[in-house]
Amino acid sequence: MLANLLPNVQWETMWAATVETLYMTGVAVAATFVLGIVLGLLLFLTAKGNLWENRFVNTVIAAFVNIFRSIPFIILIILLIPFTTWLVGTMLGANAALPALVIGAAPFYARMVEIALREIDKGVIEAAQAMGASTWTIIWKVLLPESLPALVSGITVTAVSLVSYTAMAGAIGAGGLGDLAYLEGFQRNHNDVTFVATVLVLVIVFVIQLIGDFVTSKIDKR
Amino acid sequence: MITLEQVTKIYQAANGSVTAVDNVSLEIREGEIFGIIGYSGAGKSTLIRLLNGLEKPTSGRVVVAGRDMTRVKGRELRKARQEIGMIFQHFNLLWSRTVRENIAFPLEIAGVPKEERNKRVDELIELVGLSGREDAYPSQLSGGQKQRVGIARALANNPKVLLCDEATSALDPQTTDAILDLLVDINKRLGLTIVLITHEMHVIRKICDRVAVMESGRIVEQGEVLHVFRNPQQPITKRFVKQLIEPEETEEAISHLFGQYPSGLIAQLTFVGAAAGKPLITEVVRQFAVDVNILQGKISQTHQGAYGVLFVHLDGARDEIDRALDYIQRQQVAVEVIHDAR
Repeated sequence: MLANLLPNVQWETMWAATVETLYMTGVAVAATFVLGIVLGLLLFLTAKGNLWENRFVNTVIAAFVNIFRSIPFIILIILLIPFTTWLVGTMLGANAALPALVIGAAPFYARMVEIALREIDKGVIEAAQAMGASTWTIIWKVLLPESLPALVSGITVTAVSLVSYTAMAGAIGAGGLGDLAYLEGFQRNHNDVTFVATVLVLVIVFVIQLIGDFVTSKIDKR
Repeated sequence: MITLEQVTKIYQAANGSVTAVDNVSLEIREGEIFGIIGYSGAGKSTLIRLLNGLEKPTSGRVVVAGRDMTRVKGRELRKARQEIGMIFQHFNLLWSRTVRENIAFPLEIAGVPKEERNKRVDELIELVGLSGREDAYPSQLSGGQKQRVGIARALANNPKVLLCDEATSALDPQTTDAILDLLVDINKRLGLTIVLITHEMHVIRKICDRVAVMESGRIVEQGEVLHVFRNPQQPITKRFVKQLIEPEETEEAISHLFGQYPSGLIAQLTFVGAAAGKPLITEVVRQFAVDVNILQGKISQTHQGAYGVLFVHLDGARDEIDRALDYIQRQQVAVEVIHDAR
């Protein structure tokens, strides 16, 4: 029955592509989370009136973030080809997509982290200082826990973007559902393959959003 | 306990510099409750933040519990801050932590081991009257309860000094009184020195031993609360005292009465401490041939004793009234004639 409706879909290939997409998204989300928080914290802490106020560092990081956030992803992949081949050794496969995914998404997430941190009441930071907290203590015990719901909803949005980035990365041979939909579906005119790949991407996105919303509501005690 | 020597704080702003604290010298004694009152923008927030090094003075010296807060840095400054508790107008609790975890926070900072920490938190919850709410999050608490958490948190590391930054300004009158009672209780029980800033004379009246009045960065007047109440020197101090004992309606009501008394005079009698308890009016009526009509009266209780104001109309022969006034003054009651129809 299913085979009649979707004559060209090879489920094994489809499954392998799904795993590749999940792999690329998963690793990229994890790396983006860490790198984005580090960049976001630096942006926040070096801003005017904050703990590490430093105009130079702030300007440099802000410029880096703005540049990489503004480059369209498909162009970013191409620009990063030399960097990727140096780092991973090849331009093909899921691993080769990772540097571009992280460099494309981390600055985007860094801005969200910065906004989340700015939402924290300055009074709470002042209270921690008045208690004799060091900057590290303030980062670990005040800034991150107090902004956690916003950090999680931010990484959810970023993860959804990353899924679509992986599809684009597929276009240059990274594998995954995007690659499959383009090569098998579009170029060979197998619309059923494109259709199934799209449905699977949608399912992944919905699941990510669901998990994100659930976690956010669990940790938000405001 | 706390000494400020010619402390000045100047902020550099885009359009010139702002002197927030202007050559302030203060001496706050161990175990007292010291109030600093002023309108917003008077510099009191900056002043209180100089005491725990959240602000550094441009010049002058700030010594708290024998430590020069202008010199200490880094680890030593953080250590010093652990010995100075602070509570805030908007409580500044961590919403991601429960009551218990909020109170444990300063203990975590001080590196107190977990078991000891739990024991201390239990004591503090008991002390501030929050038993049963340990596992609530701040968002589930009322304003008064939040400030109790703030107080428990500030006391966690057994500080020598407690700084209160408009601690009751965001609370309703009833809750304000409950929190003030708690502060007095803590002051008595732990012998803690409390420095508070406020714009409410009510707070000063209720719990302070001494008060300093601040205006545009300067301390314009200071002394024992009762003394300042009885004898305010500066216009701003007079305004604050007036706000407390003589609300606007009184003024209106009294001036309205001027027309109704074509003879005699209207006087304001101010009683302080023991004088407030004497049957003064009875004595006056017995001893002098005057008619006394009480127009309005109010007694406020301060931390150090009663303080009352009475508005009376005196009528009779001219010299008889003068002798009566003279007698009243001799009873340690301040007399101010506010309307003389004679």
